[in-house]
Amino acid sequence: MAESKLVPVPSRGMVPERDVSDRPVLETLHLGVDFGGLVAVDEFNMVIGKTEIAGLIGPNGAGKTTVFNLLTKVYQPTRGTILLGDKDTSGMNTSQVCKAGMARTFQNIRLFNDMTVIENVLVGHHNSIAYHTPNAIFRLPSFWREEKEARKRALELLSIFNMEDTAEAKAGSLPYGAQRRLEIVRALATNPTILLLDEPAAGMNPTETAELMENIVKIRDTFNIAILLIEHDMRLVMGICEGIAVLNYGKIIAKGTPEEIKSNPLVIDAYLGKKDDDEVEDDA
Amino acid sequence: MSVFTTIVSQLINGLQTGSVYALIALGYSMVYGIILLLNFAHGDIIMVGAYTAWLFMVNFSQSPIIAVLAAIVASTVLGVVIEKVAYTPLRQAPRLSLLITAIGISFLLENLAQLIFGAGAKPMPKIVNVPSISLGSVSVSGTALVTLVVSVVSMLLLNLLIKRSKMGKAMRAVSEDTGAAQLMGININRTISFTFAVGSALAGIGSVLYSAAYPQASPTMGGMLGLKAFVAAVLGGIGSVPGAVIGGFCIGIAEAGASAVGLSVWKDAVVFIILIIVLIVKPTGLLGRNLQEKV
Repeated sequence: MAESKLVPVPSRGMVPERDVSDRPVLETLHLGVDFGGLVAVDEFNMVIGKTEIAGLIGPNGAGKTTVFNLLTKVYQPTRGTILLGDKDTSGMNTSQVCKAGMARTFQNIRLFNDMTVIENVLVGHHNSIAYHTPNAIFRLPSFWREEKEARKRALELLSIFNMEDTAEAKAGSLPYGAQRRLEIVRALATNPTILLLDEPAAGMNPTETAELMENIVKIRDTFNIAILLIEHDMRLVMGICEGIAVLNYGKIIAKGTPEEIKSNPLVIDAYLGKKDDDEVEDDA
Repeated sequence: MSVFTTIVSQLINGLQTGSVYALIALGYSMVYGIILLLNFAHGDIIMVGAYTAWLFMVNFSQSPIIAVLAAIVASTVLGVVIEKVAYTPLRQAPRLSLLITAIGISFLLENLAQLIFGAGAKPMPKIVNVPSISLGSVSVSGTALVTLVVSVVSMLLLNLLIKRSKMGKAMRAVSEDTGAAQLMGININRTISFTFAVGSALAGIGSVLYSAAYPQASPTMGGMLGLKAFVAAVLGGIGSVPGAVIGGFCIGIAEAGASAVGLSVWKDAVVFIILIIVLIVKPTGLLGRNLQEKV
């Protein structure tokens, strides 16, 4: 898919060539967290371009989800800085980070199961709706207008995944794949500048994964946002990510384009493994 | 009086007290749903509401409408202040600390009321001046009529608020998954305060309706009333909004039923027998969610 060259930006990282004139959407500097005496993540430095699709990979327990939790302030970082666009997020709490433009999905799906599909999207939409509660109680005309506007936008977002038909179904009753897609829609509804996807393809079959890959690229192109994803499916990561960081024992051991990562001996050793043996057999 | 007349008039009595229980149970259930706290100070908010109404009716000799509004405002403000002062600092503390604090607040309010107003009950002037109507052989008191109408309207408004408004969706989202709601940009503190405000406002309405039916205000009136509303919330499934309404009406009708068969001395016992049966047979209540421990 998108073939692009990575170029350096003034700070220290690399971003896709087309994003070089824009301010990176996310920059982390010396980010780290300790749990008791355990250093869970250390010296995490990453730069993500304005419309970059970036990947975060590494073995289980390497600290990938911890990084997401640091970025979204579920955990407070022990050290380091997170810049979201031009905003320093230190001192912000989770909901403020969301308002500042970061949205995420979860490794284990966390939808609001008792609410309908469209209500889940509307909750994501929460921040950008202007109406106030008194209007909602007394059903003032402005409430109707705004509510209609919000529902229209929610349906538009659902249509990305062709989910308009299930809008009134309970989120908990959707099949697994649809729940994963709904999580992405709900995150998009918060109007993010960067979307964090935690194992979006987990549990999907190859057809669904291929479809998901197309959709991730489509989302980036439609909304002009950056996407950072954690994923174990290497076809997805190598297929659509422009920049990849590899995490092992809480530290970044390699960064680069998919080609660079694939051939990096450290990464092969720690995570990808040598597949030469199989290939030799195949050839024989 | 024919049997039919007795049944119908007791049913109306039951619906009247039941709707007050339901209004109060809603506050218990909503607060439990959102921060898993059994707010045992909730009953005493009703007492404060009743005293406020009494103050306005007697001392400032103003119209019932103003007294009612004052009671609702006082309850709402009190509910939010309690949440901010007593519960917010304990957000990260074990749930038991929160529960004990709630009981402490309850004692504080009861004793403050005794200090200020004295231990005796204050007779409440007539708040509702609506003539009774007769449906065939059954006569329905104006108070019962107003109580039912006001409660049903409040519940319908609450339903709209929860189902349709942005804040209502936030409340439901927080009660389902606080962490995920926060990650969707919902301000947790504001949502919790709002829940307390709505629950306490309903308690304020309940306090006025209750003191219209039993026209007095006393420092300990919130105790038994609060407990019965709590039983109603448990019966309906604590945390469930429609459950609180159903539970409230069930408890009210059960009480009236006990009185109707000549066991009016036993009517409190009937309520707590229901509690025991619910806890044995179906601890999650009629409409309660199966509680899964969040990890």
